[in-house]
Amino acid sequence: MTPVWKGFGALLIGIPILAFTAWGLQDNPRLFAVTLLNGLTLAALYFIVASGFTLVFGLMRNVNLAHGSLYLLGGYLGFFTAQVTGSWLLALAAGFAAAAVVGLAMQVSIFRFMPGQDLRQTMVTIGLSIVIADLLLWAIGAQVHQMSPPAWLDGPLRGLPVIRAYSTYRLSLLPMGIAIGVALWLFLNRTRVGMMIRAGVDDRVMLAAAGVNVNLVFATTFAIGAGLAGLGGVIGAVELSMVPGEDTRLLLTSLVVVIVGGMGSVVGAAIGAAILGLAETYGLAYAPTYSVVFTFVILVLVLAFRPRGILGRPA
Amino acid sequence: MSAANWRGAMNVQAPRAVAPESPRAGVAPPPPRRFSNPVRARHVVVLALLLAYPWFATPFFTFQIGAQALALGLIALSLTFLGGSGGMISLAQMTVAGLAGYMVAIFGSAATDGANLGWPWWLAVPLGMIIAVVAATFIGWLSVRTEGIYTIMITLAIGVGFHYLAVQNYAVFNGFQGMQKVFPPTLAGIYWRAPVPFYYLTLAWALAGYLFVMYLLRTPFGIALQGIRDNPRRMHALGFNVTAHRVAAYAVAGALAAVGGVLFTWYNGLVTPGSVGTGWLINILIIAVLGGMRHPVGAFLGAIVFVLLQNFAIDVFDRERFNLVIGVVFLVIVLFSRDGLLGWWAALSARMSTQRGGTPWRAASGRSYAR
Amino acid sequence: MESRKRTFVRALVAATVIAVIGGAAFAQSPPPVKIGLLATLEGPFAAGGQDGMRGAELAVRQRNGVVAGRKIEIIKASSDAKPEVAVNATRKLVEQDKVDIMVGPLSGSEGIAVKEYSKTQPNITFINGSSGAQATTLVNPSPNFFRFNTDGGQWMVGLGKAALDKGYKRVMVIAEDYAFPYSQVQGFMTEYCKLGGKVPVKAWVPLGGKDYSSVIARIPKDVDALVVVLGGADAVNFLNQYEQAGGDKPLVGGSITVSQDILNYKGKRRDSLVGTIAGAPVADAYDAPEWKAFVADYKKNFPDGYPSPSLFALVYYLNMKATLDGLEAVKGDLSDGQKKYREALSKLVLKSPVGDVKLDANRQAIGTTFITEVVKDAQGNLYNKVLRKIDNVNQTLGVPPAEFKVGSRDEPNCP
Repeated sequence: MTPVWKGFGALLIGIPILAFTAWGLQDNPRLFAVTLLNGLTLAALYFIVASGFTLVFGLMRNVNLAHGSLYLLGGYLGFFTAQVTGSWLLALAAGFAAAAVVGLAMQVSIFRFMPGQDLRQTMVTIGLSIVIADLLLWAIGAQVHQMSPPAWLDGPLRGLPVIRAYSTYRLSLLPMGIAIGVALWLFLNRTRVGMMIRAGVDDRVMLAAAGVNVNLVFATTFAIGAGLAGLGGVIGAVELSMVPGEDTRLLLTSLVVVIVGGMGSVVGAAIGAAILGLAETYGLAYAPTYSVVFTFVILVLVLAFRPRGILGRPA
Repeated sequence: MSAANWRGAMNVQAPRAVAPESPRAGVAPPPPRRFSNPVRARHVVVLALLLAYPWFATPFFTFQIGAQALALGLIALSLTFLGGSGGMISLAQMTVAGLAGYMVAIFGSAATDGANLGWPWWLAVPLGMIIAVVAATFIGWLSVRTEGIYTIMITLAIGVGFHYLAVQNYAVFNGFQGMQKVFPPTLAGIYWRAPVPFYYLTLAWALAGYLFVMYLLRTPFGIALQGIRDNPRRMHALGFNVTAHRVAAYAVAGALAAVGGVLFTWYNGLVTPGSVGTGWLINILIIAVLGGMRHPVGAFLGAIVFVLLQNFAIDVFDRERFNLVIGVVFLVIVLFSRDGLLGWWAALSARMSTQRGGTPWRAASGRSYAR
Repeated sequence: MESRKRTFVRALVAATVIAVIGGAAFAQSPPPVKIGLLATLEGPFAAGGQDGMRGAELAVRQRNGVVAGRKIEIIKASSDAKPEVAVNATRKLVEQDKVDIMVGPLSGSEGIAVKEYSKTQPNITFINGSSGAQATTLVNPSPNFFRFNTDGGQWMVGLGKAALDKGYKRVMVIAEDYAFPYSQVQGFMTEYCKLGGKVPVKAWVPLGGKDYSSVIARIPKDVDALVVVLGGADAVNFLNQYEQAGGDKPLVGGSITVSQDILNYKGKRRDSLVGTIAGAPVADAYDAPEWKAFVADYKKNFPDGYPSPSLFALVYYLNMKATLDGLEAVKGDLSDGQKKYREALSKLVLKSPVGDVKLDANRQAIGTTFITEVVKDAQGNLYNKVLRKIDNVNQTLGVPPAEFKVGSRDEPNCP
């Protein structure tokens, strides 16, 4: 795209957004500001879950459609851990660890034997997602599991300008998302393992030729990606509660985030999550019957003009 | 590949060493065309069984098992065609099918609070299908700039987007409740939703779809599509417009899915957002993979197995564990078979045949669609 | 050689297939009376569906599994609150398992779809499970679909006045976007608007939607209370997010919003629920002896159930009890297209733990509604205390039938 067209496209998107912002601020500033916060915090949760998905896809070209089930698994285990130990931090660790272990098992026992068969791997993940979801339903039942936030994050934060009060826990999602994003970035860009992963994303064959144990790198990546899903599950169990069906919902959100933001790019996942979160919440607040149409239109526009996503790179 | 194999695959006659029979003004008569798909005994037997099925099966089996399997098989056929011959696995086939059903309900008569024009069926059905094909082309246009695994993700996201649109929109789609009482018309004195007429209706369309796909795969377009599946870069270098072929394939698959969708909606008697939800999008993939994507009949095989499992697994296993059963069956087939039931069948029959030598896989892959 | 072997194997496979399919066609139907039971055991109302099954089973156990000398055989099926899933499950029960009577489904939209299906099976009797949409029996009713429970609108009779008595002059409605909440909101607003209440904002949220932050952000400052008609997981989510966001407006509940499956969800007990008034066909703390006996029976038979039977348990119990009472009345005679059975059902006066239930001309129940308030007992369990009991509530809520409008997203309206 030439600079002229890029500028034109930016104006085409930017002007309506500015106009809407101006209207929203003067119409009901509180609603606008609260919705902005809602969108950003939701985006943080989506980012945490989607970052694992895009990591696995970027390195191993494996569309892990069991990602949502790992979210559910981590959430439930976190819930029970919190019930038994009373510590939310332990629950986070337990959720991350449980999902990471299951992800590792999947990679080592199944996907390792299907190198290069992307389609077959994807279909195996579909089958696994159905099986895991039903096993969880069988074991834990269909009752709603609502995890409580830790005492120091419980209740509303009062006395804020413009918006008056906001849920403390929900607000804390934002620093959580940022922290995890930064940690992930540091891991990928400042550690040896991260360097190997990035090299593998660029050229798998060369990585093996350079003498790196590619299977080990793959296993680590899958474990981390799955663990992020589980971590997202524990965080989401407080905000959105755990119920069968959450797995599909979060999987689909991860898909849209990664498609919009770009496959294999963590920064892209952040951008995609921000776009999706804001579009969803603003849609729900201002035009509830058409909120999904916004998301859909954004998806279609991105696919039409940048099929690999905003920050995507060719395979 | 030897010349003989190639000729066999492309159905080209070997050059005749014999002189023309009678010289007629110096012009040689054209060699007699060999039909590419001779009708074998098994084809006749299966057709006879299908036609005679309502006479020895109960109305429940005719309607809920037979007709449903045929309608679902037709929708899965669109995916088998697109995926097996075009190399593009699209999870939005059920979306197209559901859209066709919705359009028929909106343009035709249905019990709903939403839009409902009440036009006669011979207007509503073709219009619905045209709209569905246009939508399929649009989805194809969106998805063809990426390949392989991206296509699954993108089509899944599009399908789910449409589902949420149907759930949240009341003016056109009537939201959660969907459209009830979408029935086929009463023509020539026959109510076409009675079990036996409906079975023959779906059988007719399923056969038409199957024969159409078999024919299409032997046309230049079909062969080009398979070439694009195998090596798009080479086809592009040869001068084929890869994108146009792919979008056209989506359109054709959309037409198949639309027909199947209208039949399936008539079978259910209703169309709701649940009909186009994630569950059904993935079910179609499961059906196509279950049967095998190497040959169009795989779609129908998969559909029969799926419908049987859906109805009777819960009699054998715990009532609530149906999803587990389907998931495990699907996993087993994907893990242990190259291509679903047809793949197992090919391996089995190759093992039993000593004519082809070599490993079962090579022998099986030596078959083309020209059988 | 090989071709003969191949042909043999193929013939064997074909023969097996024919045998399986044909053999099933000759299945026998045994003499016990077969009753199909459908509830949502998956999806947003899974917990309610489980309790509904318990209620139905209780009715069977009270008769020791036998009615009019015939053994009762229950065949269960599951749906997930989606209409086409319910119809498919019902179709399988009716056409394949050959049940004589069909009891179910649970959810409002499913009920409408099953009613339409029942019109295609005139020789089978369909009895409701707990679906409570008004349209099921009021709009295009089916001659063989019976509903022995009052509908969603009837469950809210008296709540409008109770809300005004508590001083709630302006309320905001937050409800799920499908048939049953439409009925509930209509039942509430018909009385509330007539007595001078105002509903400036109605927020319809998708069923199964999880994020209520936007809806909560839209709550205007000047409403006195929130009328929350959400069920299952949605109710838990909303209550949790509302409390976390610092919301402190009192709540008025729909019938399934403060049902036992919500008051007992796994998580911190929500003290903010105490004091919520609601309308329902059941009240945990009702002190009539029949009700107490029912509760004791429920607890004895289902030690892993809730502390008190939920709305779903009671309503499924009512419908199953009516099924069996009707069978008793015709001495198990289901011949002649079940005509005598249906007549008996139409005339049945059901003796339920909460009072008598009669059917009107559309085979819809006329029954009792309770206005309740949530309180906490000594053990810290939440339950519903009775504020008022209203008998003989009919489907048009006392409004002349010609003027009555079925609830929808825009009807009724009093901003």
